[in-house]
Amino acid sequence: MAQTLYDKLWEAHVVRENDDGTSLLYIDRHLVHEVTSPQAFEGLRMAGRSLWRTNSIVAVPDHNVPTTDRDKEIADPVSRLQVNTLVENAKGFDLTFFEMNDVRQGIVHVIGPEQGATLPGMTIVCGDSHTSTHGAFGALAFGIGTSQVEHVMATQTLVMKKSKNMRITVEGPVGPGVTAKDIVLAIIGEIGTAGGTGYTIEFSGQAIRDLSVEGRMTVCNMAIEGGARAGIIAADDKTVEYFKGRPFSPSDDQWDAAVKAWQDLKSDDGAVFDAEVVLQAVDILPQVTWGTSPEMVLPVSAVVPNPADEPDEVKADGMQKALDYMGLTAGEAIDQIQVDKVFIGSCTNSRIEDLRAAADVAKGRQVADNIMVAMVVPGSGLVKKQAEAEGLDKVFLDAGFEWREPGCSMCLAMNADKLGERERCASTSNRNFESRQGLNGRTHLVSPEMAAAAAVTGHFTDVRALMEIA
Amino acid sequence: MDKFVKFSGVVAPLDRPNVDTDAIIPKQYLKSIKRSGFGPNLFDDWRYLDPGEPGQDGSGRRVNEEFVLNLPRYANTQIMLGRDNFGCGSSREHAVWAFMDYGIKVIIAPSYADIFYNNSYNNGMLPIILSETVIDELFKEVEAADSYELDVDLESLLITTPSGREIAFECEAFRRHRLLNGLDDIGLTLQHADDIKAYEKKRKAQAPWLF
Repeated sequence: MAQTLYDKLWEAHVVRENDDGTSLLYIDRHLVHEVTSPQAFEGLRMAGRSLWRTNSIVAVPDHNVPTTDRDKEIADPVSRLQVNTLVENAKGFDLTFFEMNDVRQGIVHVIGPEQGATLPGMTIVCGDSHTSTHGAFGALAFGIGTSQVEHVMATQTLVMKKSKNMRITVEGPVGPGVTAKDIVLAIIGEIGTAGGTGYTIEFSGQAIRDLSVEGRMTVCNMAIEGGARAGIIAADDKTVEYFKGRPFSPSDDQWDAAVKAWQDLKSDDGAVFDAEVVLQAVDILPQVTWGTSPEMVLPVSAVVPNPADEPDEVKADGMQKALDYMGLTAGEAIDQIQVDKVFIGSCTNSRIEDLRAAADVAKGRQVADNIMVAMVVPGSGLVKKQAEAEGLDKVFLDAGFEWREPGCSMCLAMNADKLGERERCASTSNRNFESRQGLNGRTHLVSPEMAAAAAVTGHFTDVRALMEIA
Repeated sequence: MDKFVKFSGVVAPLDRPNVDTDAIIPKQYLKSIKRSGFGPNLFDDWRYLDPGEPGQDGSGRRVNEEFVLNLPRYANTQIMLGRDNFGCGSSREHAVWAFMDYGIKVIIAPSYADIFYNNSYNNGMLPIILSETVIDELFKEVEAADSYELDVDLESLLITTPSGREIAFECEAFRRHRLLNGLDDIGLTLQHADDIKAYEKKRKAQAPWLF
């Protein structure tokens, strides 16, 4: 029978089917960071349990790490304790670990693929909802809670029920200046933040195939923002090419066999999905979120919507709450909204391709006077190094951006990088929830190109206009 | 994990969809390396008017009198009534730990985000799903009453309202079994250690690069 990619990945990892309808699913790779792991390590110690397979774990601090002054110890004592706890656990449990000042350190979802620790066909988990990122390579990757982190550490498995299959097809090529971020924001606008709940979403169609692997990671990263724990994309030649020569990639004598196995990481012709959604790429324009949920998103050319036009009472109320929080008025043109801060980074958009795209817009321009800070936070030490080798740091610095050290940074503001009260941010991150980037801060999600455009004009701007000038 | 069989308590209505885990427990509290102590900061950004920091003394803080948990009639909330997509956002289990630490052991909503839903069960908290129609009725009843309590019985899968009306709910058999008996998932899984080893042996032969 024709299978979906998710069916195949699932089937290949079932250890046993339990009597109660659940399955024991084998986990190949476990990524660990400092925030969601300390209680799991503690749980193991209390129960006198050991790790099932130490070499399945790759650990790195990312959420709390500062993006400046990395030669000093972390100033915030609470953050320092959490990062140091990971250091101690990594030593105590003998883990593969990239410490804060290792060039291989970075956001866990950036360094996994970068090291080849994330591979096609794997099951990958991490105590972080954006683990869906790794599905971009034809892997089954999803976020888990700390109890499950401990379960995987102790047993290499999870007790799960299979989710349903959804396919989202983006037909045709996108227009110039329209990015992976715009595609996924448009998808979430279409299906809603709970549209994918209970499903694994496979993204397909020409617009997805045309994306680089980095772009595909951006799309899968935000599957969770559409409610799906996992997003996946079929492996292809670009996938294979990406993993050539990476430190954890299959060794030379196993490479050919691995590549052969990866050829099958796609849905069979005729595979049946429980739900299908089709979008036309040509309809997708550069996107900007206007509210406090990623589904509250519109093209940059639109105006802020009116809750009075929404027939559903609960939704209309939610819209009004969002507008009040965001300090916006119905009917206001999105491209007239002034911005205070700009953040280019996060597991959604901090890879080399993202930085190149933002630098292209910033080049030869200046950060506008009303922008308090425009910061660029590379996803990893290696991304930073590559960007510097290409002179991107210079482009950003010349334009008035700040060039920072790698980490999660202002995506969730666990370190010192945050918004002040009512400050408005053009952000390449993934969540515009209330106070996500700082207490009462106002987040608008955009692509790296659109963030750079907002930085140099001081307000949201259709980046395609700037590209024509350039 | 503690057993969950029956639970009764005051219900508070949180009338907004997409309540996310950033709202349930803001990021600064995730720096803790413990599982306990999150209750005082449940919904911190909504409960208080001033910024909260880990480890601070909560007694001098400015309370948001309008937030539902701060209304006198919801002072002893143990059950929360919510809307669609409850618990969306990050995987932070701290959100569930915060509810439990606060004393809320049951959530009732039309739908949940997957990770939050799983995290709830893994900590002995019961996320009940009811239809929008029933939820709407409950919101009306709760908001009309001075004090509104529900009895939740996981054994009989029934909720009883103050007027004695019974509302049936569903719970997947495997989740119910674990909760009723307070079972340790890891212990159960390790009973299948031989199966896991057999899987690894077979898989290693097929795809050695994964090991």
